[in-house]
Amino acid sequence: MRQIAIYGKGGIGKSTTTQNTVAGLASLGKKVLIVGCDPKADSTRLILHAKAQATVMDMVRELGTVEDLELDDILKVGYGGIKCVESGGPEPGVGCAGRGVITAINFLEENGAYTDDLDFVFYDVLGDVVCGGFAMPIREGKAEEIYIVTSGEMMAMYAANNISKGILKYASSGKVRLAGLICNARKTDKEFELISELARRLGTQMIHFVPRDNQVQRAELRRMTVIEYSPEHPQAKEYLTLAQKIADNKMLVVPTPLEMEELEELLMEFGIMEVEDEAIVGKAENAA
Amino acid sequence: MSDKIKNIDGITKESTQAMIDDALAAYPEKGRKKRAPHLAPNDQASGSACVKSNKKTVPGVMSARGCAYAGAKGVVWGPIGDMVHVSHGPVGCGWYSWGTRRNLVSGINGVTQFAMQFTSDFQEKDIVYGGDKKLKTLLEEARGLFPLAKGISVLSECPVGLIGDDINSVAKSSAKELGLPIIPCNCEGFRGVSQSLGHHISNDTIRDYIIETREFAEPSSPYDIALIGDYNIGGDVWAAKSLLEEIGLNVKATWTGDGELEKIAATHQVKLNLIHCYRSMNYMCKVMEEKYGIPWLEFNFFGPTKIRESLRAIAERFDDTIKENVERVIAKYDPIMQAIIDEYKPRLDGKKVMLLVGGLRPRHTIGAYEDLGMECVGSGYEFAHTDDYDRTAPEMPNATVVYDDPSEYEFEKFAHALKPDLIGSGIKEKYVFQKMGIPFRQMHSWDYSGPYHAYQGFEIFARDVDMAVNSPTWKLVKAPF
Repeated sequence: MRQIAIYGKGGIGKSTTTQNTVAGLASLGKKVLIVGCDPKADSTRLILHAKAQATVMDMVRELGTVEDLELDDILKVGYGGIKCVESGGPEPGVGCAGRGVITAINFLEENGAYTDDLDFVFYDVLGDVVCGGFAMPIREGKAEEIYIVTSGEMMAMYAANNISKGILKYASSGKVRLAGLICNARKTDKEFELISELARRLGTQMIHFVPRDNQVQRAELRRMTVIEYSPEHPQAKEYLTLAQKIADNKMLVVPTPLEMEELEELLMEFGIMEVEDEAIVGKAENAA
Repeated sequence: MSDKIKNIDGITKESTQAMIDDALAAYPEKGRKKRAPHLAPNDQASGSACVKSNKKTVPGVMSARGCAYAGAKGVVWGPIGDMVHVSHGPVGCGWYSWGTRRNLVSGINGVTQFAMQFTSDFQEKDIVYGGDKKLKTLLEEARGLFPLAKGISVLSECPVGLIGDDINSVAKSSAKELGLPIIPCNCEGFRGVSQSLGHHISNDTIRDYIIETREFAEPSSPYDIALIGDYNIGGDVWAAKSLLEEIGLNVKATWTGDGELEKIAATHQVKLNLIHCYRSMNYMCKVMEEKYGIPWLEFNFFGPTKIRESLRAIAERFDDTIKENVERVIAKYDPIMQAIIDEYKPRLDGKKVMLLVGGLRPRHTIGAYEDLGMECVGSGYEFAHTDDYDRTAPEMPNATVVYDDPSEYEFEKFAHALKPDLIGSGIKEKYVFQKMGIPFRQMHSWDYSGPYHAYQGFEIFARDVDMAVNSPTWKLVKAPF
């Protein structure tokens, strides 16, 4: 059983990419469990055709205590026999979402959700690793393989580099490794080359370049993955290819994150960013 | 106050420093450097602190300290009897702070006084989703079940601060809906270095939510005072209050031992604040002085010598009526006190005592031991600040050891070297020293006894000290080491 965590900047398409890729793995005959680690609980809707799955924390709240919860209450099976769990958590601004992730993963472990027949467990984690709870999936004995979803946009690349720093911290004390960047294309300039170069500098690979295609949105409107909605569509083939590459991937590295200057140089090199003119920094438009 | 320097045979500045150095020698260099300024021989003449204090405990040493929540729940808020005190968070903090301090209250439990355990008993779901809804329900239930409660305090435990539960807004809206003062106190245990911050935070909440919200029903008199910083351990407030009344003063409010919320809220109308425990309530005395012009006076009701001094100092603040009353009262009690001393002093004369307690006792009780012929050979506080140690210097014999937040190891080392006949400290220290064959009294809770305050208390104090020091038990025990 390989445990894989998907990280990346908020809104970059982690959940969509994860579910389409997992659907690809399922169609290759693999047994997969998805654990959604985001209070928004939208990591499994395309697999289950559901608006929102009953989450671990919702059920805990209803029953009063985690001890009364049964695995069957929260583990659902969707397309291709994919098992789905959502940790769930509070609405923004109250409580502790991080503790929700910890509670949920502890529950899954203690109640035997990680069965031997599984080939893969995927953790779909919310955008920023804001506290210890969201680092839970990459703690000792959990996911050892991390994919970062990014695009050619500057902030997505900053995030990818920051996440690499986090992985480096955990890699020095444990087995967690960076397995590759997934480029979820936004059709920015020289996107393929830029992300290939970023991957090279991080010591990893761009495992796949997923082109932008509205077929993904058309499938999502039906709460489906492209693989299920239109298996013959070229976009479905892209996800299938990504799934195959992940299944075959042996390149697990300790990342070499870039210094801020180095990253900015890279962006300038590709014309994403202009050379800074220190003389204009902090001066208002109307200032003399 | 003792103007002359008191020395103890065999204790010099050098011998005390050598004993301190010997204890410090066991530490690694970093720890030694941190602990060294907290241990020193007293310089009685200086009248100022000889040690550093109110610093973070060195990790790895066994400290006797409590936390900010303990300071708020156990010390300041808990003793107010006619309020419901809610420990907001997991169940343990409330449970283990329930009734252990022995702050007695009058009234009928569950009807007019609420020395009970109220907690929101956090579960996983309350951490993840926040405990504010549960708190709101709890407040409604408490109001419904205990209609005679005059108010509710909400005391935050650690997790509340970590997850950012907004107890202040819940308190505000519930206070309005339930028509009852509800006081949120952000006293999370991890804040500050000891329980001392909990006292300060609680004083601030009294300032912000309580004071000046009520008025006394009766007309005011020039003899109206408040008794501050007495927590009614074993009935101390009752002993002190009756003595103050005997000299003609009106004790309008007691803070907070056997306290009543509405009287505390009207304390801005008194003429003088008399403060026993300076550490835990000097903040509100200063607030009342600045805001309402109420002067305050520190006093000491342990042992006849200090009681006499204090009564006369209190009398100085009033007219001849009170001054005459004080002399009459002193004349009345002097022979009674002398009889107690005559009974116990022959058995206690020259015995040595070491102390490690909280807010005021490491200095305030020294006079009472001396009345019985005993000598204090070492004293220290868990959570004192520099101004407490300033006040301690003149009370302690010269060159005796002063220890701030000592570790168990340091305390034991000093006891081995000084061979005291009695140690007065807390439950965490009790069995260590009893196993060493040293008589011990718990001096936080008066060891299930009390009161020890005022004339009434001295008789009980003298009996208890004699009972501990001269118990035949100790002759039957032989330490194996």
